[in-house]
Amino acid sequence: MVKTFGEFLIFMQSMLVRKERLAVLWQRTLDEAILIGIDSVFIVSIVSAFIGAVTCVQIAYNLVNPLIPKSTIGFMVREMTILELAPTITSIVLAGKVGSSIAGGLGTMRITEQVDALEVMGINSASYLVLPKIVAAMLMFPLLVILAMVLSITGGYLAGTLSGAMSAQEYVEGIRSDFVPYNILFALIKSVVFAFLVSAISSYKGYYTRGGALEVGAASTGAVTNSIIAILLADYVLAAVLL
Amino acid sequence: MIEVHNVQKSFNGNPVLKGITCTFETGKCNLLLGGSGTGKSVLLQCIVGLMKPDLGSITFDGLVFTNNKVDIKQEIRRKIGMLFQGSALFDSMTVFENTEFPLKMLTPEMSKEERRDRVEFCLKRVGLENAGTKMPSEISGGMKKRVGIARAIAPNCTYLFCDEPNSGLDPATSIKIDELIYEITHEYKITTVVITHDMNSVVEIGDHIIYLHKGQKLWDGNKDEILNTTVPELKEFIFSSSLVRAAKKVDEETEGGLAAATSDEAINI
Ligand SMILES: Nc1ncnc2c1ncn2[C@@H]1O[C@H](COP(=O)(O)OP(=O)(O)OP(=O)(O)O)[C@@H](O)[C@H]1O
Ligand SMILES: [Mg+2]
Repeated sequence: MVKTFGEFLIFMQSMLVRKERLAVLWQRTLDEAILIGIDSVFIVSIVSAFIGAVTCVQIAYNLVNPLIPKSTIGFMVREMTILELAPTITSIVLAGKVGSSIAGGLGTMRITEQVDALEVMGINSASYLVLPKIVAAMLMFPLLVILAMVLSITGGYLAGTLSGAMSAQEYVEGIRSDFVPYNILFALIKSVVFAFLVSAISSYKGYYTRGGALEVGAASTGAVTNSIIAILLADYVLAAVLL
Repeated sequence: MIEVHNVQKSFNGNPVLKGITCTFETGKCNLLLGGSGTGKSVLLQCIVGLMKPDLGSITFDGLVFTNNKVDIKQEIRRKIGMLFQGSALFDSMTVFENTEFPLKMLTPEMSKEERRDRVEFCLKRVGLENAGTKMPSEISGGMKKRVGIARAIAPNCTYLFCDEPNSGLDPATSIKIDELIYEITHEYKITTVVITHDMNSVVEIGDHIIYLHKGQKLWDGNKDEILNTTVPELKEFIFSSSLVRAAKKVDEETEGGLAAATSDEAINI
């Protein structure tokens, strides 16, 4: 465990020495951003819209006391999705999608000697392959989380109004009451941290794959489980430190 | 010329290279010959810097590769071209982009047009001028090897390394690949190192042959000398090839004696 962590730190450090030209790295980052970001919009949209809808319906179901105003539903949907569901669930979904593709891609490059081919050309393969992935993830995760926030609140709105649990006015009133802008910042900080964890852990798993196709599969699985555990741990730590 | 001096390497206390000293000569096809598991790939990885030898030095035309000067290492690396056993083409790039890649990375001063000309020249040289837009997954194993060669020679390499260039290819294709490597070596006067256990390649392109056995160099010489070797292990290695056995038999029947059987006859059997 300690040894693995040490190796992980050495891996992180190896990306920062002998870097390629900035133009090359930037181009690579844009390519990765498309892979990580654009390609994940669909799944993130579906998941967050439904999570917002389900949250709204369940809160409405639990709030039977007539003394509590209906606008509380909107308020609670907002608090739950912005603080927790949007950043954390989105990142967990992305850990599955992005993490496995990073680890699988790097693992395949490793076992088919493509990584060695880069090294023989005198290119620092860690910096060329991995650094752009991490930077791209840290740029794209917050954007996807913002999208998730908007869509889950919209999902809640649709579910609440269509099911007749409350009026549109009540929902909007709830959404707007006691708004704390810091919560948005907190969620974005979380998403950047999660992005780093998912991309770095998955890259580490993939980059050090040894063997054949079986090990590439194992590296992908390991990347996803480890990323998710890291996300949940970090979620707790950040909540304890920053809230 | 590449000089390898007393290179040793072991994994977990298990010695794989036990002090290898040899030279690879400029303008020649240098073959590393030996059975499976004798450390050929490990030696090659030490030479190109993918692995660090425990002991010993490797010198490229007077420049010491195994010391820790980063800029010298980098300078040598930029002159190295390598053809990997599985070709190791970047599978997200087309054949053209694969060949262009080292130029893009290593010679940023080259203009786009110069790069395109060079890539087209290299692809033409390996007979793939029409495959530029194909992806690696769409071409055959032999074509992949040729793209690998084109990619290796694109930046005007001085040293070319090939790990089993004809493994997994049919005899006709593997002879074509051997010929290509041989021609390129002599055309551009580069130092070529080829790992092989194929006796066909040995008699075809072996300008200088180094025989490894259990992590040690047992013999070196050229393709004409190898059939007369007195080293028992090498004899056993050579004559385990039924092709060479057949050649020997025919040879004895015609009373030519094995010594007269130089490369040409041996492969025509
Ligand atoms: N990274 C490594 N870690 C541990 N042992 C290794 C490693 N690489 C190679 N070996 C061992 O070194 C020995 C020599 O391997 P090597 O790959 O050089 O053989 P080879 O001569 O290339 O054989 P082949 O012709 O089958 O490719 C083998 O016994 C192998 O198990
Ligand atoms: Mg080998």
